[in-house]
Amino acid sequence: MKLIVAIIQPFRLEEVKEALYAADVQLITVSEVLGHGRQGGVTEVYRGNKETGNLLRKIRLEIAVNEEYVDKTIRAIIDGAKTGELGDGKIFVYHLEDCIRIRTEERGPAAIG
Amino acid sequence: MINNANNAWVLLSAALILFMTVPALGLFYGGLVKRKNVLSVLMQSFASLIVVSLLWVIVGYSLAFSPTELIPGVLGDFRWFFLNGIGPNDPSPYTVSAPHAPVAHLSFVLFQCMFAVITPAVVSGALAERMKFSSFLAFSVIWLFVVYIPLAHMAWSQNGLFAKMGLMDYAGGTVVEINSGFSALAAALLLGRRTNLKPVPPHNLTFTLTGAAMLWFGWFGFNAGSGLAADGLASSAFLMTNTAAAAAALVWAGLDWILQKKPTILGAASGAVAGLVVITPAAGFVSLPGALLLGFAAGAVCYVFVVVIKNKLGYDDSLDAFGVHGIAGVLGTVGTGLFAAPFITKPFGMNNGNGFTGLFFGNPSALGVQALATFTAMIWAFAGTFVIFLVLKKTMGLRVTPKEEAIGLDITQHNERAYTVIE
Repeated sequence: MKLIVAIIQPFRLEEVKEALYAADVQLITVSEVLGHGRQGGVTEVYRGNKETGNLLRKIRLEIAVNEEYVDKTIRAIIDGAKTGELGDGKIFVYHLEDCIRIRTEERGPAAIG
Repeated sequence: MINNANNAWVLLSAALILFMTVPALGLFYGGLVKRKNVLSVLMQSFASLIVVSLLWVIVGYSLAFSPTELIPGVLGDFRWFFLNGIGPNDPSPYTVSAPHAPVAHLSFVLFQCMFAVITPAVVSGALAERMKFSSFLAFSVIWLFVVYIPLAHMAWSQNGLFAKMGLMDYAGGTVVEINSGFSALAAALLLGRRTNLKPVPPHNLTFTLTGAAMLWFGWFGFNAGSGLAADGLASSAFLMTNTAAAAAALVWAGLDWILQKKPTILGAASGAVAGLVVITPAAGFVSLPGALLLGFAAGAVCYVFVVVIKNKLGYDDSLDAFGVHGIAGVLGTVGTGLFAAPFITKPFGMNNGNGFTGLFFGNPSALGVQALATFTAMIWAFAGTFVIFLVLKKTMGLRVTPKEEAIGLDITQHNERAYTVIE
């Protein structure tokens, strides 16, 4: 089992979701987060006060999958999120120790899908 | 005999001015602070409304507007204590453009009450994010009597010092704007800067623009109501108000565009308020070119002051109460002495049938009176507030503790928060 965490551009979320659904990955958690990568932060100006290094809005996806879905999921995220510009984001893949479905108390791979 | 048409307009105007204090000014200021302090800012405006409303009808109105006086030219007496002797069908002893068609005396009491309400609320912009609520309450009570009421008496009461000299202050350039602005400066200096004053973006500029728009709307009552009649002078003051606000907003946002690369929402909102302030003393005296020039000047001068000069001086007028109200108030009050056009007020028989005339229309002495009142209001407001803050600092203290400031004033002063994270 793997936990796939992806940081993407907010405006690519819809495309990523469509690509994931097309790959039959249905279960995702989405949160709004702040941060920046190599494109750096933005400078904002309020009544002449320049505020540099402000963090950018990003979307964080968390998707727990069984092994056979790992590559499909990564492919779907790339297809949905890639524009070729700085700031497209990153995908992290973690080993997932266990998974429990609270409703049924199932454990392990059976609890994921 | 009360004129019901005029009375209706002045009652509506009083309600419009209330709307400027809550929620307009609260939202304008509240959007600019951190999310952990927004309620404390809203509460300062709301508290002004509550406290001043009560003090005004008990004794404030009498001290400010009684023609019999404790201190000649400066302070009235207790003649109308608890509104004693003012019946519902009594005509107002105060008229501006329609001396034979007065509003109800009680309407004048209410109209003036709303001016007294908004002025300490404007000062609160300099105190944001660090002042104890209890100290703010004490300040607003003492300040009403020590600073506001004498200034209102001097500028507007029948026997007031400046009223008798022929001061042109249509809707409060001295009494409201210079007064709140220079009080804000004194307060900010004694209160000190916010801790960790590193740049944090305003938490909700939607509030700020909404508040500015509501201020613009309410200001029609403030200025066009100040003639105490629903006549052509009200229309003129209304139009000049709208024009000056638009001119100043254009200049501020335009300077942003040129100097900071983008026309900002905050710039447009700040400029509009500066324009509304500058036209306040002038609204019923100037003609269209005067309103336009005052608006352009307010946008440019306040921009330079707030964006360039203030950031170099280093005092922390959190929300620019001084930079906008103080500076534009001075510009407008002095500017009225330049631009007052006799053909605006003459048709209403004002100033003994001659109309009020400024320097550019051949009356240089007007400028002297305007400058003297401006200077007096600056000193009066600054010194009075300075002393009040000094006394409060030595007695009950001004600031929340550094820890409370870090946690936020909403939680530490009011036990509430504006926004929840979950549900």
